[in-house]
Amino acid sequence: MTGGEVVLDVDGLRMRYGATEVLHDVALRAHRGEVLALLGPNGAGKTTTIEILEGFRLRSAGRVEVLGVDPAHGDERWRARLGVVLQSWRDHGKWRVHELLTHLGSYYTPYSDGAIQRPWDAAELIAAVGLTEHAGQKIRTLSGGQRRRLDVAIGIVGRPEVLFLDEPTVGFDPAARYEFHELVQRLAGDQGTTILLTTHDLDEAGKLADRILILTAGRIVAAGTAADLTRQIAGEDEVRWTLDGKPCVESTKDSTVFVRELFTRYGEAIGELEVRRASLEDTYLTLVRQSEVAR
Amino acid sequence: MNPRGVAMRAGWQRGVIELRQSFTNGAELFSHFLWPVLMLVALFFLRDKAFGGFQLGALVLPSMLGMNAAMGMVSMSQQLTADREDGTLLRAKATPNGMLGYLVSKVVSVAGGLLVDLAILLVPGLIIIDGLATGSAESWSTLSWVLVLGLLATLPIGAILGSVFTSARAQGLIQLPILALIAISGIFYPITALPDWLQWIAQLTPIYWLGLGMRSALLPEAAVGVEIGDSWRHLETIGVLGVWAVAGLLVTPVVLRRMARRESGSSVAGRRERALQRIG
Repeated sequence: MTGGEVVLDVDGLRMRYGATEVLHDVALRAHRGEVLALLGPNGAGKTTTIEILEGFRLRSAGRVEVLGVDPAHGDERWRARLGVVLQSWRDHGKWRVHELLTHLGSYYTPYSDGAIQRPWDAAELIAAVGLTEHAGQKIRTLSGGQRRRLDVAIGIVGRPEVLFLDEPTVGFDPAARYEFHELVQRLAGDQGTTILLTTHDLDEAGKLADRILILTAGRIVAAGTAADLTRQIAGEDEVRWTLDGKPCVESTKDSTVFVRELFTRYGEAIGELEVRRASLEDTYLTLVRQSEVAR
Repeated sequence: MNPRGVAMRAGWQRGVIELRQSFTNGAELFSHFLWPVLMLVALFFLRDKAFGGFQLGALVLPSMLGMNAAMGMVSMSQQLTADREDGTLLRAKATPNGMLGYLVSKVVSVAGGLLVDLAILLVPGLIIIDGLATGSAESWSTLSWVLVLGLLATLPIGAILGSVFTSARAQGLIQLPILALIAISGIFYPITALPDWLQWIAQLTPIYWLGLGMRSALLPEAAVGVEIGDSWRHLETIGVLGVWAVAGLLVTPVVLRRMARRESGSSVAGRRERALQRIG
């Protein structure tokens, strides 16, 4: 997507809790304005990785830089350039939407610089996340989807250069999910925000991310665009046909070559040809299965 | 303005907003009034009883003020635990200088709430009870410095208790020893009537000195006869409360920082899981 400034840079990241190693040698890199998805099953180490990058958890080993700073030593000026979308529960229930965003935004005023005016104006921000009708409402009266949009608003009130989203759409209905995806795409597109999100939802990763990193059992087993990943790994196309009316099926890495040979050999006898390309889902499941066998 | 100044001002505003919230919703208003009203009812029936040449009501009211002031430490501790459990603290941590603003807001909202609670007790108390020495400016200046010093001594203790005891259940348990200390602190019963060893324990706590300071401010000079050494012991009051305040202000930042360092999305999610299991 972009060849700009490197915003996230992780190399050889390891994390150990006592004797259990939960991250082995994780490496990733993101440029300005890029959306990265960390995809993997539960317990793969996604949350640990993102919390290390947020500066909320100390790593065991490796090099980590977020906006050129080691999160373990990030100061408040660094913190002001970061956005963290937290899973809310019932905090600030008595506050009103507008009141809370104005309050949290005020901490960012001293951190404006030439390019970025901080914080985001509360009314504008509320409009951007579609909560204008609810601006004066008490937070505990919001629905689940509205609350989640407020969480995003809180995460971006300081106009962050990097935004971290941990499992952002868990518990969303399809409509809320759609609106949320729109919002993330707008942030990355219009504001040039670099975004790292974790998800175990494959469609979400495919839809939102410029690049997907597949994390299983603490290792990044594959990385690339959705198309790259499908091409790169194990995914075999499935070819079905009939030979003199008898159904046949075969999996192959290169379906074009296979089908050409099929016609060369049997010609007119072939019917009902059907080629199903390997999907991202097949690729993902294959990878997860492989790494589980290896473990 | 520099970032820390901005955060402190934001914290002040946050404290004022929380204070306003706590006086504009039914459940919290009820808890603000419940204890003062019960105490006032008790005072009303005690008002004419005599004790050692004084009216019992007059002797008890200042002690009650002292006890209520000491209870600020319990509400500080409870609020910290609640804010950690529901993720308020993690939000503060994710905001630049947010922890500083958060702490300022807690001091403002807890101390502010306490002042209102004390007024709810004191104003009607002065109407019901005769025999208090409230005519002089000295009474009020003594009351003010005892209160300020007492809050400096007790609120940091509350913050430490709130950082160390993480669950709402543990918060319920720590109230028991505090209630025991209140029972022996000379608030309900003259301390001189207690065994020596209990007197010593009581005099190590800021609760006793808050009560003594309040009595010295509001009681006539002759009432000093029921106190240890027949003296209001202002110097000792300043000494003990001062030691607690200095120790608290030295230790609290360390403990709070350690607690804040451990906060992350997954620790809040873990507590949320446990809390939901308790409910379900």
